[in-house]
Amino acid sequence: MATEVGPTPVKAPASGGAPIHHGPKGVGEDNKILSQGKWASWLLAPTIIALAVVIVYPIISAIVMSFQKDAGLDPATGLFTAGGPAGVQNYVNWLAQQCSAPAGGTVACPPGTLGAQFWSATATTFFFTVVTVTFETVLGFWMAMIMARTFKGRSMVRAAVLVPWAIPTAVTAKLWFFIFAFEGIANKLFNTSILWTGSEWPAKWAVVIADVWKTTPFMALLILAGLQMIPAEVYEAAKVDGASAWQRFRLITLPLVKPALMVAILFRTLDALRMFDLPYILTGGANNTTTLSILVINQIRQGFNAAAALSTITFIIIFLVAFIFVRFLGANVVEQSGATGKGKK
Amino acid sequence: MKTPKFLLPVATAGVLALTLSACGGGGGGTTGGGAGGGDAANGLDGRGPITYVQGKDNSNVVRPLIEKWNAAHPNEKVTFKEQTDQADQQHDDIVQHFQAKDPGYDVVDVDVVWTAEFAAKGWLQPLKDKMAFDTSAMLKPTVDAASYKGTLYAAPQTSDGALLYYRKDLVPTPPKTWDEMMGMCSIAKQNNMGCYGGQFSKYEGLTVNASEAINSAGGAVLDPDGKPSLNTAEAKTGLENLAKAYADGNIPKEGITFQEEQSRQAFQSGKLLFLRNWPYVYNLATTEGSSAVKDKLGIAPIPGKDGPGASTLGGHSMAVSVYSKNKATALDFLKFMTSEETEKFYATQGSLAPVLGSLYTDAALVKKLPYLPVLKTSIENAVPRPVSPFYPAVTKAIQENAYSAIKGEKPVDTALSDMQKSIESAGSGS
Amino acid sequence: MTAATSSATSLRAEQDRGRRKAQNSEKWAQGRTYISAAVILIWCLAPAYWMVVTAFREVGFTYDTSILPSHVTLDNFNTAFDTSFGNRFGQALLNSVFIGGVVTLVSLIIGVFAAYALARLNFRFKYMVLGFILGASMFPGVALITPLFQLFTNIGWMGSYQALIIPNISFVLPLTVYTMTSFFREMPWELEESARVDGCTQGQAFRKVIMPLAAPAIFTTAILAFISSWNEFLIASQLSSDATQPVTVAIANFAGAQPNQVPYTAIMAAGTIVTIPLVILVLVFQRKIVAGLTAGAVK
Repeated sequence: MATEVGPTPVKAPASGGAPIHHGPKGVGEDNKILSQGKWASWLLAPTIIALAVVIVYPIISAIVMSFQKDAGLDPATGLFTAGGPAGVQNYVNWLAQQCSAPAGGTVACPPGTLGAQFWSATATTFFFTVVTVTFETVLGFWMAMIMARTFKGRSMVRAAVLVPWAIPTAVTAKLWFFIFAFEGIANKLFNTSILWTGSEWPAKWAVVIADVWKTTPFMALLILAGLQMIPAEVYEAAKVDGASAWQRFRLITLPLVKPALMVAILFRTLDALRMFDLPYILTGGANNTTTLSILVINQIRQGFNAAAALSTITFIIIFLVAFIFVRFLGANVVEQSGATGKGKK
Repeated sequence: MKTPKFLLPVATAGVLALTLSACGGGGGGTTGGGAGGGDAANGLDGRGPITYVQGKDNSNVVRPLIEKWNAAHPNEKVTFKEQTDQADQQHDDIVQHFQAKDPGYDVVDVDVVWTAEFAAKGWLQPLKDKMAFDTSAMLKPTVDAASYKGTLYAAPQTSDGALLYYRKDLVPTPPKTWDEMMGMCSIAKQNNMGCYGGQFSKYEGLTVNASEAINSAGGAVLDPDGKPSLNTAEAKTGLENLAKAYADGNIPKEGITFQEEQSRQAFQSGKLLFLRNWPYVYNLATTEGSSAVKDKLGIAPIPGKDGPGASTLGGHSMAVSVYSKNKATALDFLKFMTSEETEKFYATQGSLAPVLGSLYTDAALVKKLPYLPVLKTSIENAVPRPVSPFYPAVTKAIQENAYSAIKGEKPVDTALSDMQKSIESAGSGS
Repeated sequence: MTAATSSATSLRAEQDRGRRKAQNSEKWAQGRTYISAAVILIWCLAPAYWMVVTAFREVGFTYDTSILPSHVTLDNFNTAFDTSFGNRFGQALLNSVFIGGVVTLVSLIIGVFAAYALARLNFRFKYMVLGFILGASMFPGVALITPLFQLFTNIGWMGSYQALIIPNISFVLPLTVYTMTSFFREMPWELEESARVDGCTQGQAFRKVIMPLAAPAIFTTAILAFISSWNEFLIASQLSSDATQPVTVAIANFAGAQPNQVPYTAIMAAGTIVTIPLVILVLVFQRKIVAGLTAGAVK
């Protein structure tokens, strides 16, 4: 068994092309004459439909809206009137940080408008993503390794790890806001007088700490599940061969956990790029902690169509990140899961 | 490396949507769409059950009132729809329902700062002609805050104004002007405490405090036409007062993290000499177990240039939706919920400041809420927050720039001119 | 098998050094495990401890910073469950459990279907489907609310359970499908085939052989799905009604006795109440899973 679950699965040729008719079913003289393609579409249909209704419909409606101008004020009546088609103006405005000028046309957005915050919000979003996902991966891996060991009180640790995640985000954010208050417990405990929510770097780290605390369990659990799939025999064999702990980690654990790890990192990255609640409640976006999602909701309150354009831009940015991620960092996340498993002979 | 083919469909979907929009046009989501003239003319005589929408009923005043109404009007019963305690969420919830032209939101409770936006979107029934509502007994600033372009769109329901809390054990007579108050900061230094606290964290409370400072110095954020007027010497003095106080340490350095509760906490634990806050602090600071200032608490109007300052007006009004089918009932309900008897009940039961001037000198009420006479001065001098249909953009412009100015990251002049330009840009549509 | 061979080679190359080190580190291993476990416990539980301590404080001493419980009271818990002011916390807890349960069950079932297809079947457009599913996790959630609100208003679903359940299913599906796919790919499917040789149908083979092996993965995915639904706030805050609101919305509804007063103690009490059943749930299920895991390994 140990050998069958080899460290790196065989890569099947990328099969985007014609359907192959005798696959893992092997000997395959099934009574069913259904081709694999038909089977697959039945199995996938519920997922596709659920996503189409809830995600695709709003995305398309947002894209449509993003090409409309926001309502403007009719000076005579003081009432809003529909803006009409905008072409790509909403997109140009965001990317070039241009705002409407009182005299007509556009000017560079003055500080204090949402338009002036686009690139800084993008930078902040990436900062949060890189830092939190890195910390969460390292910490999560470590936690998972500990939890995978057998020791007294293991189930207590496993339950404790879930606690941060089980507390609803709305409560978490309030809790950390409370902890990081100037006269809060954080300053008291460490005998400091840091303005946690009042200056740039403390505010950023406050968000990072709260986020890492909250979501590391997600990483830890996924990695733990990956670890649990590794048969103990593999380790036994390696131990008998005298491999050190580090060797076992590098040569067995890491490659075998990699698929689960990559899925966890990918999804955490996508989530972090859309980070909203924590900085919104913790800092209100002050001191350069405004993320793209915070900018979206602020803009929704000021004009839907520009907000739709911003949502679409955010969507494209995240798409590009996923593209790069899959291409350069974790190409095999999808390629491998797309390929037929290693059951192939 | 293989090409991540799997991402192609996402791109395809995008292209597809582009084509769709080119053909389809309008779809959903364009807001406004004119005056809603048709809707405003409908249902004026309608009677029947209605729904009243309000944020969290903190002190349980709305429920008993509705029960009372329902007992008297069995055929025009009111259902209470309670929203969350968060103003932002209340705002978004109302917007969603109005956009969907939901006839189920008959009467909505609007924060004073939303009136202009909702009115300009054509969502609120003008309270004139058949829907006329008498406001003659009400405090003028509260009526102004419920009007847009000279038309009343909502019935003032409760009010709120700022008070200056001070330590009467350390300050024998409260300061009348800002300069006087800054002069008293030496007392704070002697006692090793912070001098002045308000709400300077970057959120709605900062808009309140910054516009209060500007108004109190004789300036104004917006002129009567709704155009920004921040390039004045008065506005500069106002914002400079705050910036200087922070630079001097008269506002303690943690001041920029203060929201209402943190500043209350600092004052209650004896760390501040003066505190600008809402009336709710009075009850808590005089009763809470942890309060160190129970018997040392004084109240005064907030200080201004040469007399009481111009408080920022808080509070709520009740508006009728243009989409309501039972507007006659709705109007009656508005009158019931703002009657003298009801206003008294708000004050005694919920410590909510009345909008009727006469009640501020009502002996029974003053006995229960000793701060009422001071609050009356505050509200009479109050200026509504900038009344603008672009309020969400205006408040962001103020917060962003006032925050930088107070922290000293930006000269006051630059902050004000950025504020001016941001508000101009918001008002010039897209 | 190139990668496997190369690792085997390097294994052998480092064996000698490794053997000596391994024996030394064996003694330390257990001790280090306990130290690490303690660090994890402190990191995860210290902020939660502060939540619980605050939950038991009198509201007048909300900002007290003594580390040990002080001014202890149960008032906050009473406030949380007190229905006289319109709080529906008890009902909301049930709603959350119901919504979370349905979301978990449905998304697991349809997610496992999809993952099986993606991991085991060959068909055209596989990459399209994978990309489509992942693409669903790329749009800012805050921007989904308005279109969904309008959609659900049009079909009369506002405030219904399905208006909360269906979006949640869609939110957890991409993760469910990807996790299950990556795990299914790692499964020793040869076992399924040998079971079929032994006379099992494909369905039986899947149920009796593959499912037990996949138990940890499925369990993990279930926790992920349940908690993410349990945590969902944005959609619920706009699409739920008084009768269907989940616990996150109920907590946001807590208000202080005075306007502007933030009822931290009651919020922390609610947070405590919400967290405890979840932890118990996981503890109970964990035993089953560990059992399932060993059962799978025996085969």
